[in-house]
Order: sequence, then C-alpha cells, then structure tokens
Amino acid sequence: MLRIPCPHCGERDYTEFRYGGDASKPRPAHDERDVRAWHDHVFVFANPRGPHREYWQHVQGCRQWLILERDTATNTVGAARLARDGAGA
Amino acid sequence: MSERYSALALARHALTGAPWPRAWRRADPRPHYDVVIIGGGGHGLATAYYLAKNHRVTRVAVLERAVIGSGNVGRNTTLVRSNYLLDGNTQFFEHSLRLWEGLSHELNFNVMLSQRGQVVLAHGPAQLDVLARKGNVMRLNGIDAELLDRGEVQRLLPYLDFSAHSRFPIHGGLLQRRAGTVRHDAVAWGYARAASGLGVDIVENCEVTGFLRDGDRVIGVETTRGRIGADRTAISVAGHTSQVAALAGLRVPVESHLLQAFVTEPIKPFVDHVISFGAELFYISQSDKGGLVFGGHIDGFNSYTQRGQFPKVQTVAECAVALIPSISRLRLLRHWAGIQDMTPDGSPFIGRTPLRDLFLNGGWCYQGFKATPAAGWCFAHTLAHGEEHPLIEHLSLERFLAGNGHDEYGNGLWTYRQ
Ligand SMILES: Cc1cc2nc3c(=O)[nH]c(=O)nc-3n(C[C@H](O)[C@H](O)[C@H](O)COP(=O)(O)OP(=O)(O)OC[C@H]3O[C@@H](n4cnc5c(N)ncnc54)[C@H](O)[C@@H]3O)c2cc1C
Ligand SMILES: [Zn+2]
Repeated sequence: MLRIPCPHCGERDYTEFRYGGDASKPRPAHDERDVRAWHDHVFVFANPRGPHREYWQHVQGCRQWLILERDTATNTVGAARLARDGAGA
Repeated sequence: MSERYSALALARHALTGAPWPRAWRRADPRPHYDVVIIGGGGHGLATAYYLAKNHRVTRVAVLERAVIGSGNVGRNTTLVRSNYLLDGNTQFFEHSLRLWEGLSHELNFNVMLSQRGQVVLAHGPAQLDVLARKGNVMRLNGIDAELLDRGEVQRLLPYLDFSAHSRFPIHGGLLQRRAGTVRHDAVAWGYARAASGLGVDIVENCEVTGFLRDGDRVIGVETTRGRIGADRTAISVAGHTSQVAALAGLRVPVESHLLQAFVTEPIKPFVDHVISFGAELFYISQSDKGGLVFGGHIDGFNSYTQRGQFPKVQTVAECAVALIPSISRLRLLRHWAGIQDMTPDGSPFIGRTPLRDLFLNGGWCYQGFKATPAAGWCFAHTLAHGEEHPLIEHLSLERFLAGNGHDEYGNGLWTYRQ
C-alpha cells in the first residue's frame, strides 16, 4: 500500500488522497498567448521512470493539496509539502 | 520457413512423431532495413505482417527488448468488440473486429476468437438511453447491436443480481453478439509466424537505447545489439511510449499507469458472455479453463512498477459480487498488472511525429488489444505511404493543439481519470 506523509495528518493510505498529476511543470505566465505553451503545460508530460514530483489532494483528511516526491520505478515515497507554499524549487 | 498447419500436417506429425519446426525464424539484426519497428507486442508484429502482406515491404525488423509477447499482449483480458460511439472510433474498431473474424485463416494460426457476445449493462433509464444512442450509431454503421430490456437481460444472464435489494438495479443492456474474446498469446505468435514467413526479421533481446539522427530526420536506432539503420522507424512500445519517445527528444501527451487483471479458481461453465457492469468500470468473462477473468480501472496514479495496489483488488472484487452475488466465495487464483499508456482523451496516437521518418503508434489505454489488427493495418499503411491511413486521421499527436480531443466517454480531457 502506498502511504503518503501528509504534513497535517501524518502518514496515511493513498486511498484517502486524489492524485493530481505532474507538479514539476511551471504554469505559463497569465498573459501567455502562445497556444503551444498552454498545450504543453496541460497535455504533455515528461512521465519519467524514476523520481517524480506530483500533486495529491488529501480529500478524506485535511483537504489540502500536497506536493509529493515519489519514484515511479519503485513507488518509494519521499517528502511531502503543502502545494500552497509554491510548486517551484 | 515454417510448415503450413492443417489437419493433414497434424496427422502426419502424430503418426511419425516428427518434431514440429520452430514457428518463426530467430533473426540476428542486419545493418539496414526499409522499416524498423520498435516493440514486439501485438501491434508491432501486426504492423510488420501487414507491411509485408499488404504493401510488399519485406525488409522489415521487429526489435523486442525481451521476448515477443512478454508485454501487454500477454497480460490483457482479451476482450474484442466494436461498440464505440464516436465517429472515427466506430469505423476503426469495426474494421478491427472484421479482421479478427478472418484472422485464424489469414494467419493459418488458431487465435481462438470466441464471439460469445458482450452485454453492457444500464442501471438506470438515462444510462439505457445512452446505450440506445450508441446502438443506433452502431447500426447506422452496419454493426450489430441489440438493445435489451430488463426481462431480456434476465433471460440471457439469470445469475446477475435481479433481487429487490440489489445495489445497482439492472434496467437493460446493449448486446453485441459479434463481440467476444481471443487467445492473446496466439495473436503474438500467429502474427510473428506469418510475418517471419514473409521475410520479416524478428529480433529478440534487442533493446532500443537511442535514435540515429541526420538533422530532423531519424535514420535508424542504437540498440543493445548494435546500430541498425532504417529508412523509416516506428515506435510501438505500449506502456513505454514516453521513454522511447524521450530517446528522440520528444515529449508526448502520455502518462504510464497500472492496470490490473484477475483470475479466479476454475469452475464449470457459468458466464457464457462478456459482461460489462454499468455502475463502475468492471467487466467479466470466463476462460476456457474455467477461471473467471475480470478487471476494472487503472490504479489511479502513474507507475512503472508492474505491481498493482491492494485497494484495487478490493474495489474490483466488490464490483464482481455486486454484479454476481453467487461468486462471493470463489478464490482469486492470480492477479497481475501491466503498464499502460494513458492519454488525456483516452484515445491513442497513430501517425507521423515532428521528426521526419519517425512514426508513432502509442497511447493505447484500455482498448489496445481489440485494436491490434486494425492498428497494425493502418500503421503499416502509414509507414508504407508516409501519410496516415484515413481510418486513423483523427488520432494525430497534435490533436489537442487544434482542440480536437477524441473523448469516447465524454468525461473530459483528464489523463489519470479513474
Ligand atoms: C491488465 C490489462 C488488461 C487489458 N485488457 C484489455 C482488453 O480486455 N481489451 C483490450 O482491447 N485491451 C486490453 N488491454 C490493453 C492492451 O493489452 C494493450 O493496449 C496492447 O496490448 C498494447 O499493444 P502491444 O500488444 O503492442 O503491447 P506490448 O505487448 O506491451 O508490446 C510492447 C513491446 O515493446 C517492448 N519494448 C518496450 N521498450 C522497448 C525498447 N526500448 N526496445 C525494444 N522493445 C521495447 C516491450 O518489451 C513490449 O514487448 C489491457 C491491458 C492490461 C495491462
Ligand atoms: Zn492531510
């Protein structure tokens, strides 16, 4: 069972969370007019076999969006932090 | 060259005890081919066969990093059907079903197509309306479809939960009698044998590790068995599309997710059809050995572990029992997971890529097995002519840029949908 360390609620089963996809892509600037930039942001994924930074929402807990580090080749879970603190870095 | 299979050949081998020859040639890679296909799954092998058969392109290699048939072609739940709603899908999957119907003869290899019929259930009047619409679309396209009311479903499938307290009461269903199952391993072997007979090289234990480039042109591949040149190169690697595309510097609208399948201990013949639950993504059939074979949704987050998560076992078992309460005491014999491409609209990509002479067939989500013959057919055409077959024009890699997502289920462009 994948277990996710929620900064608020502690380590919980992944079934309490909803997966929210790749968190590593910076959102284009609000006034970006290039359709391809938005297309790539929304639809294109690196989809790596290895370290992956991703969104999860703790829907059955604190309801916060988290950013989790996970290895997609092994499902080994790393640190989780609150998404509202910023996706960058 | 392998010998033709027939009743006569069977009798001859039985009487003389002569060993059967290998079904296909074990080939070592040559320095150059007209077409190199990466991935020896059902799609790669079918593509090679139709290149040789339909287009007389025979200097073709299929490069498989492990052994052929060890990917999803040997891990799926073997359902074939052509009950698709959206224009484009309807015709493509019907073309595939027609090819399935002649495939054993075409390949001289018994792929054990069993057209036992598939019933998709509706658990409310609105859902039955949706099925009626889909059935009408199918019939307008010359595809068989029959709308069943509750009584008709009950006569056909009396063992479903028709009790007063069923959690998801059955209102009716849509029956496609020509739908059914196919022996999946035989599809890999049959296409491999027929392609090899036409001169195609099937090269196993040969992993593609890079692409040879000449500017924006791809001119071959780097492999664990050396460099191989190619006029045209085709990616057909199912759950690994992103990895292989990345070797060419391409990023694609694909995430890799796990899909699990389940088999119970064998029982006497009981489930004579393929049944799809309407309240959840869940489907069930019975194998010739007697095991009930079923599956559900992807696990819900991207992964390459090929190891399913336990909560999915529970959800799928709950669906099974909600649908057929009498199987609640059956034991699961085995379950496994395959790595599956998931795309934003649930539809695949077949056709050209931004790089010249590099072509892609990927993003197959849940429906890749039933698509095998038509995908091979259309991809071979695309490779032979350098432009897309009309049946797959709606499946371009650039379709989201033009706002042309092809979302069969109407639930939005959402890759990791459950
Ligand atoms: C559990 C499960 C159930 C399913 N049930 C159904 C179903 O009932 N009906 C249906 O229509 N579809 C179903 N599918 C989907 C279907 O199985 C796949 O979409 C389809 O098999 C994919 O095409 P393929 O056969 O060519 O893939 P594969 O057999 O996976 O072939 C791809 C091959 O590429 C090789 N490869 C990867 N990387 C490289 C490399 N770098 N170099 C060389 N070779 C490489 C792999 O080793 C593999 O053999 C199911 C899938 C799963 C996982
Ligand atoms: Zn929490």
